[in-house]
Amino acid sequence: MNRVAPPQTPVAVPMVTFENVIKRFGGTGKQPEFTALDGVNMVAPRGAITGIIGRSGAGKSTLIRLVNGLEKTTSGRVVVDGVDVGDLPETGLRDLRRQVGMIFQHFNLLSSRTAFDNVSLPLEIAGMDRKTIRNRVAPLLDLVGLGDKSDRYPAELSGGQKQRIGIARALATEPKLLLSDEATSALDPETTQSILELLKTINRDLGLTVLLITHEMEVVKTIASQVAVIDKGKIVENGSTFDVFTAPKHETTRSLLSAVIGAKLPEWISADLKQAPAEGARALVRLVFFGDTAFQPLTARLVAEIGPDVNILAGAIDEIAGEPYGSLVVSYPADPDTLRRADDFYRQTGLYTEVLGYGA
Amino acid sequence: MAPDMLVSLLWKAFLQTMYMVAAAGFIGSLIGLPIGIFLATSGKGELFPAPTVNKIVGATVNAARSTPFIILVVAIIPFTRLIAGTSIGTAAAIVPLTIATIPFVARLIETSIREVDKGLIEAARAMGATPFQIVTKVLLAEARPGIILGLTLTLVSLVGYSAMVGAVGGGGLGDLGIRYGYQRFMPEVMLAVVVVLIVVVQAIQSAGDMLARHFDKRTRKN
Ligand SMILES: Nc1ncnc2c1ncn2[C@@H]1O[C@H](COP(=O)(O)OP(=O)(O)OP(=O)(O)O)[C@@H](O)[C@H]1O
Ligand SMILES: [Mg+2]
Repeated sequence: MNRVAPPQTPVAVPMVTFENVIKRFGGTGKQPEFTALDGVNMVAPRGAITGIIGRSGAGKSTLIRLVNGLEKTTSGRVVVDGVDVGDLPETGLRDLRRQVGMIFQHFNLLSSRTAFDNVSLPLEIAGMDRKTIRNRVAPLLDLVGLGDKSDRYPAELSGGQKQRIGIARALATEPKLLLSDEATSALDPETTQSILELLKTINRDLGLTVLLITHEMEVVKTIASQVAVIDKGKIVENGSTFDVFTAPKHETTRSLLSAVIGAKLPEWISADLKQAPAEGARALVRLVFFGDTAFQPLTARLVAEIGPDVNILAGAIDEIAGEPYGSLVVSYPADPDTLRRADDFYRQTGLYTEVLGYGA
Repeated sequence: MAPDMLVSLLWKAFLQTMYMVAAAGFIGSLIGLPIGIFLATSGKGELFPAPTVNKIVGATVNAARSTPFIILVVAIIPFTRLIAGTSIGTAAAIVPLTIATIPFVARLIETSIREVDKGLIEAARAMGATPFQIVTKVLLAEARPGIILGLTLTLVSLVGYSAMVGAVGGGGLGDLGIRYGYQRFMPEVMLAVVVVLIVVVQAIQSAGDMLARHFDKRTRKN
């Protein structure tokens, strides 16, 4: 008898799973109770870079600190590679932490140790002997491009270099998961890009799963293949980065998105925008086209469909999670006829649109 | 006073002062260090949480620190006799000096440790460090320049305190200054004592500063 194996659908294996996670602070004594995480459910797939994005105070740090047990859930489960973190005794937790690296916004390097000795620290903590440590640390410094800075103290390094040391340190124990808490928030845009490139390389070459939190859309859009949007302790949207940001459903996602979907309006235009159209006003609309449509001759069709009186005020082409998108800010007369034609056109093409306001 | 006589008196008093300062500084720091570490790490939600004991130890340290030294010397005479076998002389003077040093060192160590960036404790916990490893590998290492400066301050203060133990026959430079310079009205002895004390304090301070600077890598040099 011939048995054919059923076709395998590539189901993502979870590295981190949050199940109905609730985290409350305070509630004892004078402190009022505060719910920092309010029923979080999400999965960070193995081998992927998963981003969690949200505004300040949304609960991002709290969420990531649950993963290595720096914080305990009030209820619900956090499962890392099949192990329920909440079940672990203190010793088990320490073992887990040696398999989970972490990098920080302010690097948290020991000022009293050289770059080399900082990277050695987790290995010393794990009780390794000097020789093993020496053999491990040198290649790590090379990996992060700082082989020549081995004897430098953190005070003698730039922010980007410090974060590279932080990354080398986080990789020292050969973890299966890397947690990043705003690792690029203290860096300038260029250095941010180089650190993100490094994380991407590590993810690809070492197959390391990365869970990163950030308030910068730029970070997520550059390296995360998965994203969760967190707002006031709740995950409001969740999925592949491209899907979430090409069809943003939640208000928070939309506003985070508009910060990076290029084409910022000049101040003198945006200052005069009204919420409602006045007599003879023009509508200012942001159009975002994703994937293939990004390169279609949309402007030509726009003019053809809406009418000749379409002005282009700003525009940009960029990519999200490696896929292209373009954005345009256009204006046209806000009369009922033109608006209806525009709406029809948008509906046909599935363009993402956002009415910015009405101006003269 | 004949110069060679003055020199020999000064030398003897200098050695007594050094002996008292070194012995009390060493023993006092040895006992004060763990107390300081305890104070810095045993508050609520800290590495070794024991808030009640922390409060009791803290209050005791405060009480000891607010007792004027000269009163302490007299108050603990029975204890001094128990430890040193006698209540007068240089060896006996070391007991109250040590007792005064302990809370002083404890608070200085506590302060230095508390100044260590909390982010480093967080990072070490995230690496899987035990609380003990956090103390030895992170807190003490990072607090080292502060601790050295604190111990320097302790030694300098001890030089001053040691001048007061003449009251229990402790000898030393301060005692020499009082007995010859003041009571027998020999201003040249007083002057010589003051000069030697200034030199001693300067030397201790410079050595401490140098050592602290050597271990302080927090800012870029040159
Ligand atoms: N230990 C704590 N005790 C009480 N409240 C806390 C504690 N830790 C965090 N919170 C509260 O929980 C909320 C979420 O904090 P969290 O640090 O997770 O935010 P975040 O999303 O990381 O913000 P940011 O981007 O500013 O770092 C905040 O309102 C914060 O005040
Ligand atoms: Mg945070």
